[in-house]
Amino acid sequence: MAANDVKLLGARASPFVNRVQFALNIKGIDYEFIPQNLSNKSELLLKSNPIHKKIPVLIYDDKSICESLIIVEYIDEVWKNGPSILPSYPYDRAIARFWADYINKWFALVVELRRTQDEDSKEALRERIYEGLVVLEDAFIKCSKGKPFFGGETIGYIDIAFGCFLGWLKFIEEAGDFKIFDEKRTPKLVGWTERFLSDKAIQGVIPEAQQLTEFLQMYNARQAATSNEINPKDGNIVQNS
Amino acid sequence: MAGEFVLLDTYVSMFGMRARVALNEKGLNYEYKEENLGSKSPLLLQMNPIHKKIPVLIHNGKPICESLIIVQYLDEICPDKNPLLPTDPYERAQARFWADYIDKKVYDAGRKIWTTKGEEQEAAKKEFIEILKTLEGVLGDKPYFGGQEFGFVDVALIPFYSWFHAYETSGNLKIEPEVPKLVAWAKKCMQRDSVAKGLADPHKVYEFILSMKKRLGIE
Repeated sequence: MAANDVKLLGARASPFVNRVQFALNIKGIDYEFIPQNLSNKSELLLKSNPIHKKIPVLIYDDKSICESLIIVEYIDEVWKNGPSILPSYPYDRAIARFWADYINKWFALVVELRRTQDEDSKEALRERIYEGLVVLEDAFIKCSKGKPFFGGETIGYIDIAFGCFLGWLKFIEEAGDFKIFDEKRTPKLVGWTERFLSDKAIQGVIPEAQQLTEFLQMYNARQAATSNEINPKDGNIVQNS
Repeated sequence: MAGEFVLLDTYVSMFGMRARVALNEKGLNYEYKEENLGSKSPLLLQMNPIHKKIPVLIHNGKPICESLIIVQYLDEICPDKNPLLPTDPYERAQARFWADYIDKKVYDAGRKIWTTKGEEQEAAKKEFIEILKTLEGVLGDKPYFGGQEFGFVDVALIPFYSWFHAYETSGNLKIEPEVPKLVAWAKKCMQRDSVAKGLADPHKVYEFILSMKKRLGIE
């Protein structure tokens, strides 16, 4: 399959785009990455995702598919030859979808934390974020059943849904003096993050903290130049934008 | 399909209705348990400790939460009876996309209609109609969102039809003139046994929002 058969509209710094890249890598699919300028959206993006005008968008066979987790399921269903991303049994699939949805909601708390100025509200959010991590630690134990990943022996749907945020989470930890993954609170998740980041399919996808810093500076500069002042703490960039 | 199904739900919940319609479509018998959300049952708290919300489908003692996840689960365990998701991966992605759109947009816009007044309510009504118009565009000339057959997106959206009367009455709004094709689609869906039996009575929904308004202190 030629690389230009599969196109991904995205931005390297978007964890939602990264999810799609993980899935494509797991299946060994060549694709053309078309970087998008979010402050000045391209014709192609607006045409391919007229409803939300967001990235990622996967274009294959002249069709566009939107929403990161929907794209991941699509990839899993089209390219059946590679390793499976979703579990085989309906109940396990329901559980995987549940946790992916939970993870999206959990990450929204992290984004909210970045936007919040008031110290009391920040503290309350941090509590909820920690509680969520303890829940995810428990989910990991139940889903992995002693194996390296949520998906078992290999990276699966929940790993993809969660692992995409590791770059930004590390960035936020370093910027905010706020430890997210703690060996004492969530030892199994700490082990999982190390294995996830070392996996072949993940290599080179998640930007390093330095790259994220540069990206944020560039994004803010563009925003300031076009119209609004953006607070550097604005979490906007990290959303499905 | 072997097994025991229990549905933890509340009568007026459009999310619960999705599960009911799907169970009916699949011809599955289930035990319905009405939850009092002001005083959640131990069973609900045990089966959905994370969100503590309805609907929860319990299949042979194992819980499945989140309405669209429940509908997909039922579709996967009973793939031959009234299939809800298409077989083609692209069509499936499209169905999931529109169900997700409905989840992101319809509930919040509708809720704003009966919980606000004045300018805020006018803006909410406008937004709500815009969303319905978008969906009407997606439906096009097809009999159902699923094409020739009732499908996943139809299940995702039809429960909101039982709330139209409540939105119209509290918002002083007439939906049918704005989206006649969409209302025609809804009426066609109501002719399906699964839907007629799965949806709440619109008058009971209206009574519900009146009592909620009182409780929330909204006139």
